[in-house]
Amino acid sequence: MELELDAALREWRDTVRRFADQRLRPTRREREAAHATPLAVIRELAALGLLGVNVPTALGGSARGPLAYVLAVREVAEADAAVAVTMAVSNMVAEVITRFGSEAQKTAFVPRITGGEMIGGAFALSEAGAGSDPGGMTTRAERRGERWLVNGEKLWITTGDGSDAIVLWARTGGPGPKGISCFLLDGRRPGFAAGKPEEKMGLWASHTVSLTFSDVELAGDALLGELGGGFKIAMMALDGGRIGVAAQALGIAYGALARVRELLTRPTAHQALAHEQGVQFQLADVATELEAAWLLVLRAAWLKGQNRPFSREAAMAKVMATESANRAVRVCVEIAGGLGYLEDEVTARALRDCRVTQIYEGTSEIQRLVISRDVLRGAHA
Amino acid sequence: MHLDLTDEQTMLRDTCRDFARRELLPHAAEIDERGEFPSAQVRGMAELGLLGITVPAEYGGAGMDNVAYALAMEEISAGCGSCGVIMSVNNSLVCDPLMKFGSEAQKKAWLPELAVGAKLGCFALSEPGTGSDAAAQTTVAVKDGSGWVLNGAKNFITSGAQANVAIVFAMGDRSKGVKGINAFLVPADSRGYQVAKNEKKLGIKGSSTSQITLDEVRLPAEALLGKEGEGFKVAMSTLDGGRIGIAAQALGIARQAMEEARTYALERKAFGGLIADLQAIQFMFADMATEIDAARLLIWRAASLKDKGARFTTESAMCKLYASEMSNRVTNKALQVFGGYGYCKDYPAERHLRDARITEIYEGTSEVQRLVIARAVLTSGG
Repeated sequence: MELELDAALREWRDTVRRFADQRLRPTRREREAAHATPLAVIRELAALGLLGVNVPTALGGSARGPLAYVLAVREVAEADAAVAVTMAVSNMVAEVITRFGSEAQKTAFVPRITGGEMIGGAFALSEAGAGSDPGGMTTRAERRGERWLVNGEKLWITTGDGSDAIVLWARTGGPGPKGISCFLLDGRRPGFAAGKPEEKMGLWASHTVSLTFSDVELAGDALLGELGGGFKIAMMALDGGRIGVAAQALGIAYGALARVRELLTRPTAHQALAHEQGVQFQLADVATELEAAWLLVLRAAWLKGQNRPFSREAAMAKVMATESANRAVRVCVEIAGGLGYLEDEVTARALRDCRVTQIYEGTSEIQRLVISRDVLRGAHA
Repeated sequence: MHLDLTDEQTMLRDTCRDFARRELLPHAAEIDERGEFPSAQVRGMAELGLLGITVPAEYGGAGMDNVAYALAMEEISAGCGSCGVIMSVNNSLVCDPLMKFGSEAQKKAWLPELAVGAKLGCFALSEPGTGSDAAAQTTVAVKDGSGWVLNGAKNFITSGAQANVAIVFAMGDRSKGVKGINAFLVPADSRGYQVAKNEKKLGIKGSSTSQITLDEVRLPAEALLGKEGEGFKVAMSTLDGGRIGIAAQALGIARQAMEEARTYALERKAFGGLIADLQAIQFMFADMATEIDAARLLIWRAASLKDKGARFTTESAMCKLYASEMSNRVTNKALQVFGGYGYCKDYPAERHLRDARITEIYEGTSEVQRLVIARAVLTSGG
């Protein structure tokens, strides 16, 4: 058993931390104000290998594995959670294409994502009436000779308007999960429409859009994986994605905690509070819960890297990390007081940005279903 | 970073799990009901080497590491919470400080018998008026020629009624504050050493919790454990390790409570189906299982840091705080799954809740753990 990071991982984490401190933190306000992340920033992520951390080098990734991935997401999220979500989706999409794509799909799409040639990959699963229950989706892809004809609408698609690599789920068969297939399409080829970015509580610099498909034609080779195998692909991708969201939530929370520590230990109006047990005890709880959650994240990432089953562990990491991170940022706002509530303050931004981590890539409720199913009736229960 | 156990660790865990299933679980209710020290079970644990797990083989111990110790503590405590604390005290609070601070003569004199359970030890720090504020010791140690004379009273001493030797803390020089505290190895058959009272408790009823009075107890110079004035350091350093044991005890109790609730939920019918199919019940299991796993990882981390010889005070406080509070949440939820049956003694759910409660109190209350952690967060960056 070894719960410490080895030298290579520590060095990688420090590299990402330096980048985040120097290149992301000073400019995050500009991105928030602009409600966008410029391609130049994405290119910098690509240059560091951050857009395909667990993707083979042959496809432009940095092949450092899932542990390196969660370390990187945490560091980037601590500096800018919106950049972190863009990064996370790109990694997830690059991984899913690497795993399930044909050679042609891999070489056509993955290097473009990992190389930062677009804002990010996109993962088009949710619909207005199908969020936690994607098996109930209504977007359809119908055979038209060699081609596919897609009709329907996808909702809440991160980077859906800035992506040249969109993984799309659509119904190709009967009702339920087994009638769903997965497609890969190039966002540069028009035919479908992205809605205007949603106005969200947080993650302002990341775009969340709807994608409307009205008789959109896809080539026969747009299918990703097997016909009817889409649901399985989505679930597998989300297992990995959840570890990333967990790391993102913790990065946000650790950022807020660092800010509060700064307020309490420097000569500020807050310094006297450091001596109050009412404050100390809240900090102790926050630090303990975050640390416990981080160990769950590391465990899930390690299992993934070992090619061992990790669905239950990823769900545990996500539910614990996102919920403890949300508790933590509330405490941090509280301790920072009126200052902490100002829109530009790290703590207020953390509160806004953190909330969605309990929702996307599987709500807390879905994580609990995944975990309890395994605990109550699973093979290794 | 990896979480695989060594073959030796796996073997110890499996041996303990098997022992707990055969020798502890069938008797745990009776041990609790009678409130008697589980001598037969402790003997069985001793035969497996569980009373001196990290004691090197040359002193008669099992010579294993602290991760192994945590694994064993989890399994034994899953079988019987009382047996868990008896094991924890002998390992963490007696053998550990002897190994770390004892002279060669002291180690040779005590460890071989302690490690095989031929003798039991106890740790006498708390007093009737001195709990979390351990620095405020009122038991006094006065120099008497080359030796010492001890006077005072010690409270809430686990295994006090059975112990053959006590590590006793006493104030030698009040003007020096905590640096005036000394630690002593006191044989229980010393004149003036008396087990004055055994407490009746909410839980862990099979373990004894005693008040020990010290009336003109004369000790030779060699009874001093560690250097003069080092007693507080001995106590704090020992408790850092002890907290890992108690955290693992809390974990074992919680896991067993959840396992039993799981069995029940998969049998009990209500609203036309099994209660395991109700989301309200499922979500309880999701939270229980997640928190149990999180606690285990915190424990393993603290234990593996200790094995490396690295500092682990903060990590140990975190694992104790989290595991003990988790155990109280989990045993409470597990009882809830049983409904009315959970509140009745026909099922073990209520015992688990009673046994878990103490883990938030002894070897440093949750409040003391929070002080330790907050200090680290505010100074080193946590």
